[in-house]
Amino acid sequence: IEFKYPVKDYAGKVNEVKLGGKNRKTVKLGGQTSLYRFEEPQPNAPTVTFDVFDIPMNGLPRPIKENFEDVMHSPGEWAQKAVKEFGADMITLHLIGTDPKVKDKSLKDAAKDLEEVLQAVKVPLVIGGSGNPKKDPLVLEMAAEVADGERCLLASANLDLDYQKIAQAAVKHDHAVLSWAISDINMQKVLNKALMKEGLTANDIVMDPTTCALGYGIEFSIDVMTRTRLSALKGDEILQMPMSSGTTNAWGSREAWMKKDEWGPTKYRGPIWEVVTGLTMMLCGVDIFMMLHPLSVKTLKEIGTTLTY
Amino acid sequence: MKVTAMDIYKLLPKTNCGKCGEASCMAFAAKLSQKEAELSACPQLKGADFEKLANMLAPAVREIKIGTGDRAVTIGGDEVLYRYELTYYNPTAVAVDLSDDMDDSAFDQKLVKIKNLEFERTGEILKLNAVALRNKSGDAEKFKKAAEKLKDSEIPVILCSFDPKAMDAALDVIGSKRPLIYAATENNIDEMSELALKHNCPISLFVPNDLEKMKQLSRKLRESGVKDIVLDPGTYIGEAIGDTMDNFIMIRRLAVEEKDDDFRFPILAVPAVCWINPEEDEILTKMKEATTAAALMNRYADVMILHGVDIWEMMPVLTLRQSLYTDPRKPQSVEAKIYEFGTVDENSPVIMTTNFALTYYTVAGDLKSGKVNCYLLVLDTNGKAVDVAVAGGQFNGKAAAELMKETGIEKLVNHKKLIIPGLAASVSGDIEDQSGWEVIVGTRDSSEVPAFLAKIW
Ligand code: B12
Ligand code: SF4
Repeated sequence: IEFKYPVKDYAGKVNEVKLGGKNRKTVKLGGQTSLYRFEEPQPNAPTVTFDVFDIPMNGLPRPIKENFEDVMHSPGEWAQKAVKEFGADMITLHLIGTDPKVKDKSLKDAAKDLEEVLQAVKVPLVIGGSGNPKKDPLVLEMAAEVADGERCLLASANLDLDYQKIAQAAVKHDHAVLSWAISDINMQKVLNKALMKEGLTANDIVMDPTTCALGYGIEFSIDVMTRTRLSALKGDEILQMPMSSGTTNAWGSREAWMKKDEWGPTKYRGPIWEVVTGLTMMLCGVDIFMMLHPLSVKTLKEIGTTLTY
Repeated sequence: MKVTAMDIYKLLPKTNCGKCGEASCMAFAAKLSQKEAELSACPQLKGADFEKLANMLAPAVREIKIGTGDRAVTIGGDEVLYRYELTYYNPTAVAVDLSDDMDDSAFDQKLVKIKNLEFERTGEILKLNAVALRNKSGDAEKFKKAAEKLKDSEIPVILCSFDPKAMDAALDVIGSKRPLIYAATENNIDEMSELALKHNCPISLFVPNDLEKMKQLSRKLRESGVKDIVLDPGTYIGEAIGDTMDNFIMIRRLAVEEKDDDFRFPILAVPAVCWINPEEDEILTKMKEATTAAALMNRYADVMILHGVDIWEMMPVLTLRQSLYTDPRKPQSVEAKIYEFGTVDENSPVIMTTNFALTYYTVAGDLKSGKVNCYLLVLDTNGKAVDVAVAGGQFNGKAAAELMKETGIEKLVNHKKLIIPGLAASVSGDIEDQSGWEVIVGTRDSSEVPAFLAKIW
């Protein structure tokens, strides 16, 4: 009986995006030329970036707070602990305090927080705004300048804010941009094109097709990410960017945080909700994960590495 | 590849007699292509054409039933590699193991736990499907005794032993209940296939990490007349989890894309192998087991055997299953209308939410557990969650006012106050304008509604 391995040829490939720069390590995302490692070796292992905030975040779920309570007063120390103790490949600094509804931190104060983290760790950074569409472009423009040449990932550009400003700042100071569309491939294409019109190249963009958590629409994310990656490998150039997942969305699920005796301890439910959400996204092709809990990070990284060779 | 209605039509009798319940043969063909009808509904179709069509309509992955009666479970049936292309069929059957060397009380306790484990999500009760009885003792008599304990249990069984004698002994007891025989291997394949045929039971083929050999042995089973086969290429974990996934993916590709008849069968995974070399801490082992299960469920596992039976470990696994197997062609929604909770009268509060199934059942669960008496108006948002519908424009004043009119709510209560979700605050003015009611913006999360009502109502 004849047997042939079902291996395919692909017309397209995923772009490789390099992060990190003059004062820090580099991390590469993407670069795949096939869907699976048994077809072609996968060039880069999935990367995990730890969430760090510019304010103490007392509202974080207890299983996460437990690990970081002692450093939450300082984004620099927080970042350091994530790298030293928990092996973070990268750090995401969320400048959430800049939101007028949170602390309305000035650009100058935000710059200080960013400086602190840049000094504290040698891993590449994702720099996130607060989600406020008016202020984020200004915050990210400032961040681009402060971190000039360090090739950070600016998070994020979307169609509801002044993405031109963000893209232009990234071009000027050599950063990459996270292109965020809400589970909508056409919207993703429009946004990617718009960003490239501002001067970003195909190697300067990472896509966030939105991670709906396990039990809260993860099937939408599965479908969108699978289709996006397949389109990339079939040769659709405007979808050939690596993908990112806001895996921490999982902590918003009731199963992750709500006290309920019939469901067992939240201590275990939270991390496992984060892992299963992230793992599922990883199997759909996601390259970089924004995560919170050390145990889920460790688990995801372990599986991620084995998928690479 | 999917078969088109035209391909099917060509082989139908073309008399348009209507006996199948459809107006014409073409209409019947269309139903068949959507898997919405059974071939046997056409009494005119016989012989070679029937065979031909049956083959053509057979799913890429064979459907196999394990167990009998109400709790019997069907696995397989898939047509596509990616769920967005159509949908996945027959959710992964999840089994938990019991071994024949457990003492009676431990055995019974775990069996009860397996049978009773359940939780509710979006109106659906999620449960485990089967028990896997392991011949851990290596003793045929003990295996048989343990099988006897499962005889009157409704739950489907996977009988796990590589020893044909032990398998024979257990099948003598419960062979009529369609257990899944686990497993035929290179060494016992002749005896095991004979048992499968004798008892008319499905059988797994265990060929670790060697698809070429798996193909040979699958062919051998098929040639001996066995039809219901389940494939187990081995579950490797830790650093080797990638190998496991590679094998699963290749098997499914061969079935769906190559239509390789030796691989067109459901796949079996054994995340329970995590317990062979447990982690230093039992919690970590359970996490690893659930993670392994989730990875393999994402990669086409149709049936799996686990060892842990804690609710927190099973919740992510069963929730992932529910998500993977929802039909992407159908919005997940409930009927948009008025619902009553508890005992209502003209003073009862009126609250509004959307018809997204997850939203509705979450809110309904909170109202029930909080013992709230109220009217719930469920708005047709095309099956969208509250903030999704607000952002997408389906949750607006006009739609809300129309729903209030249709349901005649103003005749049911003697007030004009409507409570809306906190996340819909931005449309509160619009609803007031369109309906003439006073709108009260409620809490963000519906779990806080009972306390909120206690305070304001
Ligand atoms: C899954 C999802 C989708 C899915 C849709 C799933 C669905 N069937 O609804 C898809 C991918 C299709 C989608 C599309 C869009 N989405 Co969307 N989506 C989400 C996501 C990730 C989860 C939504 C969810 O399932 N929630 C769970 C349910 C149970 O929550 P809920 O309905 O709100 O119910 C809770 C409360 O409202 C409250 N509650 C409910 N009823 C009641 C009643 C009373 C009286 C009270 C007091 C409380 C209460 O309790 C419930 C339980 O907690 C959210 C982000 C998030 N994590 O929330 C974004 C999100 C809602 N989406 C968003 C957007 C912008 C969109 C789009 C407009 C994107 C676009 N530009 O196309 C489209 C709109 C599509 C449309 N309407 O036509 C934004 C909304 C931002 C905003 N508030 O303006 C969000 C918040 C993401 C974000 N951070 O930007 N989305
Ligand atoms: S019963 Fe058969 S022959 Fe009659 S209309 Fe239906 S498909 Fe056609």
